[in-house]
Amino acid sequence: MAEIKNYTMNFGPQHPAAHGVLRLVLELDGEVIQRADPHIGLLHRATEKLAENRTYIQSVPYMDRLDYVSMMMNEHAYVMAIEKMLNLKVPVRAQYIRVLFDEITRLLNHLLWLGCHALDVGAMSVFLYTFREREDLFDCYEAVSGARMHAAYYRPGGVYRDLPDHMPQYQNTRFSRPSETHKLNENRQGSLLDFIEDFATRFPGYIDEYETLLTDNRIWKQRTVGIGVVSPERAIELGFTGPMLRGSGIEWDLRKKQPYEVYDKLDFDIPVGVEGDCYDRYLVRIEEMRQSVHLIKQCTKWLRENSGPVISDNQKFAPPKRTDMKEDMESMIHHFKLFTEGFHLPKGEAYAAVEHPKGEFGIYMVSDGANKPYRLKIRAPGFAHLASLDEMTKGHMISDLVAIIGTQDIVFGEIDR
Amino acid sequence: MSDLNKLISNLKSTFPQAVVNKQFNEATLSIYGNEIIKTLKKLKTGSQFKFLQLIDIAAVDYSQYPQKLFDNNRYAVVYHLLSIKNNQRLRVRAFVEDNNFPVIETATTVYANADWYEREAFDLFGVMFLNHPDLRRILTDYGFIGHPFRKDFPMIGKVEMRYDPEQKRVIYQPVTIESRNNVPRVIDEEGFRNG
Repeated sequence: MAEIKNYTMNFGPQHPAAHGVLRLVLELDGEVIQRADPHIGLLHRATEKLAENRTYIQSVPYMDRLDYVSMMMNEHAYVMAIEKMLNLKVPVRAQYIRVLFDEITRLLNHLLWLGCHALDVGAMSVFLYTFREREDLFDCYEAVSGARMHAAYYRPGGVYRDLPDHMPQYQNTRFSRPSETHKLNENRQGSLLDFIEDFATRFPGYIDEYETLLTDNRIWKQRTVGIGVVSPERAIELGFTGPMLRGSGIEWDLRKKQPYEVYDKLDFDIPVGVEGDCYDRYLVRIEEMRQSVHLIKQCTKWLRENSGPVISDNQKFAPPKRTDMKEDMESMIHHFKLFTEGFHLPKGEAYAAVEHPKGEFGIYMVSDGANKPYRLKIRAPGFAHLASLDEMTKGHMISDLVAIIGTQDIVFGEIDR
Repeated sequence: MSDLNKLISNLKSTFPQAVVNKQFNEATLSIYGNEIIKTLKKLKTGSQFKFLQLIDIAAVDYSQYPQKLFDNNRYAVVYHLLSIKNNQRLRVRAFVEDNNFPVIETATTVYANADWYEREAFDLFGVMFLNHPDLRRILTDYGFIGHPFRKDFPMIGKVEMRYDPEQKRVIYQPVTIESRNNVPRVIDEEGFRNG
């Protein structure tokens, strides 16, 4: 009789389903996983250490690069921690803009997740469709900040600038046909809000398209139903947050339970799963996208009707207006101090968390009263999720491992920090 | 937030020897490292607490902190707990004794997800977790020397990696870049901002 032994296999870090730089050491019995040992840290950049050596404003762009598919949400947690320690009030309009862009970011993240998850499992076309929609959302990022991904748009005390009155348009080049350019510019004739509203009306139809491709698809269900089941008690024990926790049936969303900005004034629902498997988490995220569209519509409506400042007028923490600086000595001094020494945070420690598309993204800030943080700790949701990979994959096939990595929405920027 | 005051009074009565303080609308419980497991167990199972979820573990190196805390202990391990039932958060800050070889009991026996967080704290700060099932480095490179997030570790690091064409392999060598700091760290004196 042949002697059968477990064998060890290396997976990644260059495997396309490894979502970046995940290296797994798998112990296999045939094709069944006995143990999965993720080796992480290949993208470790020591963001927390770098932030200790930079002023508070200088660290904002580092936050974009943590979870590089939901950029503005990372900034949001960071500026919220600063605002909490300074007791800095954010103007209402800035709060609505933040919610608007948080939800745009949630769509960006979930679209990437959906496309990549489907691609991993074997449905190529969803990926192409979701990236089509991500283009439009990147254009929104670009319109407000000038950058398509790493926006650095949220600042302590508000957002950097108000929404633009004109949506940037495509220009004719020698490679494009004028008729096509005209077609691309059709929904870009008005302001950014017009463009976002147009997107919000179109987008539910697109979600229906994705659902047509996946929700009742026999192969999709075979690959996700009953895979990676996590019980509600275990999900709490493992530190799950966000859709991973809600997929297991626990109704917990920081936007509802510990509301920040203006989420308590807006109407939206929290979808929860029943079984706690990959399929339920897929359904939860799809419904979250629909809720995000609903929130975006409410925000654009409010933003159309109300105007006002978008950043705090406390010039000790928020930069003065450019025009004031030309004439007002005080503004000039404030500007100089802000961009050289930066502002100081009171001594103490604070933790601020937002409902990131992946879960709870938190910033733990320790300050010694200096112009730089004494210690910054980033609580990345993906870290806790990936830590449970061993438990979730035990007894599953290698192909299910790929589905489980997909459902965890792994992005290495935030896990390795 | 009257809930927070209630939590604080509950903490004070349950842990008389600990320091409880409230700042920025958050509660912090500061204790000595040797009491951590006892404390976490009470916080998890106590009917008035029910902190069932461990959100995060962060180590802090207080060696350059201007104010001396808890017998001048250098390292603290900070646990962030969340009670979904009571919708409350709590920070437990455990100061680790022995600044040269900091050791604290592992929390994996109380919270399963403490595993990776403790590996991270060990890797970056060199805090040892007693009875941890698998205390390996997690974020730094295989064979890395030192604990990079300690305050005495330079920001630019100590070694850099390059391909050596003569040896035909990747080698480590001492860093060739210079540390650059354009904005000095400034702490204002007491009452500076009040004019």
